[in-house]
Order: sequence, then structure tokens, then C-alpha cells
Amino acid sequence: MTRFLIRRIAVTLVTLLLVSIVVFLMARVAGDPRSLLLDPWATEEDWDNLGKELGLDKAVHHQYWLFLTGLLRGDMGDSFSERRPVRDVIIERLPATLQLGLSAFAFSLVGGMSLGILGAVRRGGGLDLVGKVIALIGQSAPTFWIGIMLIFFFAVRFEWLPYAGREDWKSFILPSVTFGWAVMAANLRIMRSAMLDELDSEYVKFAKAKGVPGRDVVWKHTLPNALIPPLTMAGLTLGSMVTGSLITETVFAWPGLGNLAWRAVRHADYALLQGVVIIFTMAYLAAALLVDVLYARIDPRIRLG
Amino acid sequence: MPDDTRTGLTLRTARLQPAALLRFARRVPIVPILVLALVIADGVLAPWLSSHNPRVGELTQRLLPPMWMEGGSSEHIFGTDQQGRDIFARISYGARVSLLVAAVVLVVGGGVGTLLGLVSGWYGGLLDELIMRVVDIFMALPLILVALVLVVALGPSFSVLLLIMGLWIWVRFARMVRGEVLKLKEMDYIALAQVAGASTPRILVRHLWPGVRNTVTVVATLQVGLVIILEASLSFLGAGIPPPEPAWGSLVAEGRDVLAGAWWVSTIPGLAILVTVLSLNLFGDWLRDTLDPKLRQQL
Repeated sequence: MTRFLIRRIAVTLVTLLLVSIVVFLMARVAGDPRSLLLDPWATEEDWDNLGKELGLDKAVHHQYWLFLTGLLRGDMGDSFSERRPVRDVIIERLPATLQLGLSAFAFSLVGGMSLGILGAVRRGGGLDLVGKVIALIGQSAPTFWIGIMLIFFFAVRFEWLPYAGREDWKSFILPSVTFGWAVMAANLRIMRSAMLDELDSEYVKFAKAKGVPGRDVVWKHTLPNALIPPLTMAGLTLGSMVTGSLITETVFAWPGLGNLAWRAVRHADYALLQGVVIIFTMAYLAAALLVDVLYARIDPRIRLG
Repeated sequence: MPDDTRTGLTLRTARLQPAALLRFARRVPIVPILVLALVIADGVLAPWLSSHNPRVGELTQRLLPPMWMEGGSSEHIFGTDQQGRDIFARISYGARVSLLVAAVVLVVGGGVGTLLGLVSGWYGGLLDELIMRVVDIFMALPLILVALVLVVALGPSFSVLLLIMGLWIWVRFARMVRGEVLKLKEMDYIALAQVAGASTPRILVRHLWPGVRNTVTVVATLQVGLVIILEASLSFLGAGIPPPEPAWGSLVAEGRDVLAGAWWVSTIPGLAILVTVLSLNLFGDWLRDTLDPKLRQQL
């Protein structure tokens, strides 16, 4: 376990370092930041002064060192489109992203599991068919298009739900469904096949044979055993949620980090994008690490293989 | 060869028996294959299928509805967008872009991944360790974010897009192929080939590759759908194919502004993505069950 942990943490750190290098180098490729920060009437002296302030007069590896130590202190530079420190913008927007992420995660888990269980219990029935269609769409339709279609039907056509923004609980529904759909499809498939496997096993047949009522067979005997694969899966999907939040927040103008990244791309606000990318990467890597470690605790084949 | 399951030869001989052949034919997913053939034909034949220019519109022809709706005409079967461009033409040329990206990414990224997987699995040791750690790092990268960074720094372009997707895909092939090679390596027929004096390249090409080929085919088919969705997502975010070149993702993005009045501008290109990827997934599922049922648990 220790060996596995060390290897896993090393990979995480190297990945983080690599991302910071890519982000740093790309900032240099993107152009001189002074051309955005200074107005056209700036003098040569202004350029030099700002260059000193930003550390542009030093060698590249030294600049990278300054960048990295700045990051460790939580200093990510200033956003030129927002005209304030990147850190402040990110802290302001973090809660919205976390709320949406949690609500989408809950939706995908509850929706996927209940449809999976019910579909497996009445295999080939109406609900199983509905589940199948939902799963196929979730696997094949791009998230942004699902969002736009939901907006069209529920916000534009019927005006039941708001099409954008973050106001009351109603404004959470469409973004959560959009965001959670693809993950829900994965959960549904796993839950359904795990449930079918268990329903087919000897102990379930025995329980039925000795006269346990059908409801108890499903809920008390089968379900607890069938829960393991979908719960592992749920952890594994955490990482893919970064992409989901980028797209969902863009579609619904959700005031979170994903939307911020998109706006940074639009305004070519490099410092801001850099900050968001690093925060997202850290969240992504932390989630992946956590899941892997938990997974390895449960399943020895992972840490030994 | 009734018991020669290891080489995969049973599969091929079994298929020649009439009953097995019939079972095989009945399970072939006709509809997905037809849809895919249509999409490919649509992309390849785009300039001949539509006389409209996909990049320049006629301003007098703005936001015309599809032909089956009131006010639509067979001139623009899927209607036009806010710049008066024919949506069918844009989807056809978009299919071209999507398919081209998918093909290049699969051939180059998949090829490199397969090769590294073969080498990594066969030689093992330090080389294997090195390649697999690199794979771990790439698996852990949130690539859509890296893509945004690259696009802001270098500007959106076709080559940046291909680079990003190639980086995304090769690890998946490398990992899968390596796993297969590790299993095949232990088999007696490989040892026999070595004893018989076959050279390493010969073993890799003649003996190992046929065993890995099915896995590669299945992984490739199932990944095409993901590649298409990823490309569409990047284009939707404005980080894919630069406008006015029509890409499926940017077509959907452009239609958002006119959703209330002209639903078809966003909906129809999205449907094109959905139908294509759905067909690919169904086809891939079938391919997996037919060629490589063991993969079922892994994919």
C-alpha cells in the first residue's frame, strides 16, 4: 500500500508540475503581457518599470521559479479584464461551481441508481426501456446540446424554469440535469448490470425458494451487494465533472469557474485562464487521487498490479 | 482446430459454419451501419450534394425554416441560419471536418499508442516503466483545460486541435494494447516462435499483432464517438475549428442566440452529432461482443 501511495502521489505531483510548466510557457508564447496592461501612450521607461515589476527582465527559468513560488503563496497575478487579483475572482466564484457540481452529482447518482434498479427488477418493462433510451442519449449526445434542448423546451416553450443564472432552487434544475446526464447514463448502466448479476446468483434464488417476499429479496438481499460497482463508478466520474462544469456553466451563464474560463478565453485574459486552469487541475487531481486510494483499499489487485 | 482458443482461430473457423454465420448475420446492426455510411457519404460528397456555399450566406434568405415546416422550401431542406447560410450544406461540410479530425487523430494517435503499447508490453523493464508513467500523467491531465490554454496562447487552428486530441487518445490505446500483450506474451505459441528462431520484429508483427488487432479495432470504434464529442465540445467553447469553417459544435453554438425564434439552427446540427455518435456506439458495442467479448468488463 505504501509503495502504491508513493507512486500515486508522485504521479500527481509531476502532473501538477507539468501543467504549471505548460501554463507558464504558453503565457510567454501568448505574447508580452505588457502590451495588454499598458496603454498605447506608455513610454519606454514605463515598459521597463513594469517589466521589472513582473520579473520579465530575468531569465526564463528564474521567471518560472517566481511564478511557482507565487502560486504556492496563492498569488496568481491580476486579471486584466476584471482589473483585480485573479485569486479574488476565483474565491468569489468557487461556491457557485461547487453547488452546481454537488447538485449534479446527487442527481446523477439518485437518477442513475433508481432507474438502474427498477429497470433490472422489471427487465424489458416500460421503465427499463425509458432507462435504456436515457442512457443511450447520455452516451451519445454532447452535453451542450442537451442543455440547449432543455432550455428550448422548459424555458422557452413552456416557460416553467429559468433559462440562465443562479437565483432560487428552480434555476438549479436545468443545469443539474444537463451536467449530470452523461454521468447518470454511466451510473445507470453499471447499476443495472450489477443488479442483474446479483439477481441471477444462488443466494437470491435460495431466498426466493424459501419464500422471502419479492420486495425483501430485492431491497434487503440483492441491493446491498449490487451497490459496490456503482459506488466505485460514482467516484471515478468525479474527474470527468471538470469538463461538464465548463460546458454547463457556459450554456446556462452560471456564475461559476467554468463560465469564468470561457470568458477568459473570449477576452484572451491569460492570467485569469491560468488561475482557473490551475484550480481545476488541482481539484481534478485531488479527486482522482482520493478515488484511487479508496479503490486500492477495497481492491488489492489495483495496488499490487 | 477445436481447442485452439488462444490464437483466436476458433472465432474465424466457427463463423464459417452455417448456423453460426446466420446468427452472426442476424445480429449485425444494420441501422447504425447504414447511418454511418450515410454520414460518411455526406461528408465526402459535400460539394456535390449541396450547391450552397457553407461559409457565405445570402442575407435575403435569413432564418428560413426547414422544408417540412410552413415557409420552408426544398431549396434549403434544413433551413438557413441567421446569416442566410444553408444548414444542410454546413452540416455536410461539418461532417467532413469531424470525420477528418476523427480519422487523423485515430490513425496517428492510435498508431503511436498501439506501437508504444506493443513495445512497452513486449520489452517490459525500464522502458515499460517509463512509458507507463508517462501514460499515467497523460491520463491524469484534464485535457480540455490544457486545450483552452493552448488555444488562447497559439490561437484556434486545425493543427492545435489535432495535437490536443492526439495527446488525449494515444494513452488509451497504449494502455489497452500493453495489457493484451502482457497476456499474449506468456502463451506457448510465442515461446515456440522464439524457440523456432523467429526474430523479434517477426514475432511482433506476425504473432503478437494478430492477437492485439481485434482489441485495437474495438477500442478505435468506441473512441471515435468520444473524439467527435470532444471536438464538438471544443468547437462549441470556441476553442476548436476557427470560424467560418463549419464544425458541428460551432453550428450548435451559433444557433443558441436564435433558439426562441428559430429552433432548427441549433437543434439539427446537434441531432447530427447525436445520430452519428449513437450509431458509432451501437456499432462498437456489437463489434466488441463479436470480436472481443472479454473486453466487455473493461470498456
